[in-house]
Amino acid sequence: MTLAAQFHPGTFIDAFRFIGDNAGLLLSKTGQHLELSSTALGIALVLALPLGLWLGHKHRGLLLALGVSSVGRALPSLVLIAFGLTVLGIGFWNNTAALTVLAIPSILTNAYFAIDGVDRDVVEAARGMGLSERQILLRVELPLGLPLVMAGIRIAAIFVIATATIAAIAGGGGLGEIIVNQASYGLEGVVGAAYCVSALTLLAAVLLSLVTKFVSPRPEPKT
Amino acid sequence: MIIATPPVIPNFGSASKCEQDNGWWCTDWLHQHWGDTLQPALVQHVELSAIAVGIGFGIAFVLALTGYRYRFLDPPIGAVADFLYTIPSLALFQLLVPITGLTVTTVEIALVSYTLLILYRNMVAGLRSVPDEALEVARGMGLTRTQTFFRVELPLAVPAIVAGLRIAAVSTISIATVAAFVIPKGLGRPIFIALEQNLFKTEILAAGALAIALALVSDVVLVLMQRVLTPWSRA
Repeated sequence: MTLAAQFHPGTFIDAFRFIGDNAGLLLSKTGQHLELSSTALGIALVLALPLGLWLGHKHRGLLLALGVSSVGRALPSLVLIAFGLTVLGIGFWNNTAALTVLAIPSILTNAYFAIDGVDRDVVEAARGMGLSERQILLRVELPLGLPLVMAGIRIAAIFVIATATIAAIAGGGGLGEIIVNQASYGLEGVVGAAYCVSALTLLAAVLLSLVTKFVSPRPEPKT
Repeated sequence: MIIATPPVIPNFGSASKCEQDNGWWCTDWLHQHWGDTLQPALVQHVELSAIAVGIGFGIAFVLALTGYRYRFLDPPIGAVADFLYTIPSLALFQLLVPITGLTVTTVEIALVSYTLLILYRNMVAGLRSVPDEALEVARGMGLTRTQTFFRVELPLAVPAIVAGLRIAAVSTISIATVAAFVIPKGLGRPIFIALEQNLFKTEILAAGALAIALALVSDVVLVLMQRVLTPWSRA
């Protein structure tokens, strides 16, 4: 069994060599990884974000938000992926579905609490100024709650990218395919692919932090 | 592709109609295999997770005390914990195997390292959130630094610490299913076996349901524990 392959500290350096030697392979796997993660994240955003924002605006569905977050956290990724496999068969969509379900809780819960927690006096003031409910949500509550909303999206993105490695067990492709196949790629391949996953995770975190900074309302410049 | 699973033993002939049809919930299979598959897996899963959270709690507590008292150490400790958290679990398990072998130790090291980030951050945040007035009062009443810590700071930080424990426990139970990739233990094992062999739905569903139930139960237990530990918040 190749698992007994002798470990030596050089593995961590060999892993970089592996990345250099197999740039093409890693690039295509990274592409698959991103495709899988971003599809799942995109679907989760479309489903969970409007619902969370709207429930937060109405100050309704506290139990739903709490329930989704605690049940969502309790769902093991492996269980979901295995379950998706039995329902949808092997391939892209069972993993996308599983990852989508995993991404929803933090997006939904954070969106809900972000909007629900906006100062009610501010909302009243906006209502008094004659803004419609839609305008209140989009122009007052959303900008104020944005940091928390984005934090939820960030957590979901990091989680999905990291979990997408497990998808390889269910034939999902991506970088996990190298990680679960030590027999072919060796320990340095496993570590090299893990480097790539970590780099992707960090990249996504940094990127979303920048987006948050960019879209956040800036204080009016003093005149 | 999948490591550490036993040889395939198909049970042609003895399988019930439901099993042959790959049913969602074959009660006869559940009855037959509760004792030899599901129940041991559940017990192992509880052990794996409890040990990991226990050790993780101990280490994180010492680290949090250090990071709280010596503020300049907080960013580096946090950064290391952050880094550990970004390593994919499947890769970390395999990386440890050549050092510690196909053993429980391998799994525990990985599981513990994943609990550190959440526990550490919550503990430090909890301790920092203690209001200055409370510390002033404690000093005014003549409490020593140690007394202040155990009688004022620590109790006031309990809600944040328990919040961290809840997330750590639930996520450890979740990651522990992946541990079956390297050792034949825990609720991940029936799932991996089913994934490898025949995609038997009942087995996946039952093991998955047990894992989810375990996570929810541990969450409730920790909430109750917090209520016992912080009687003053129950007004």
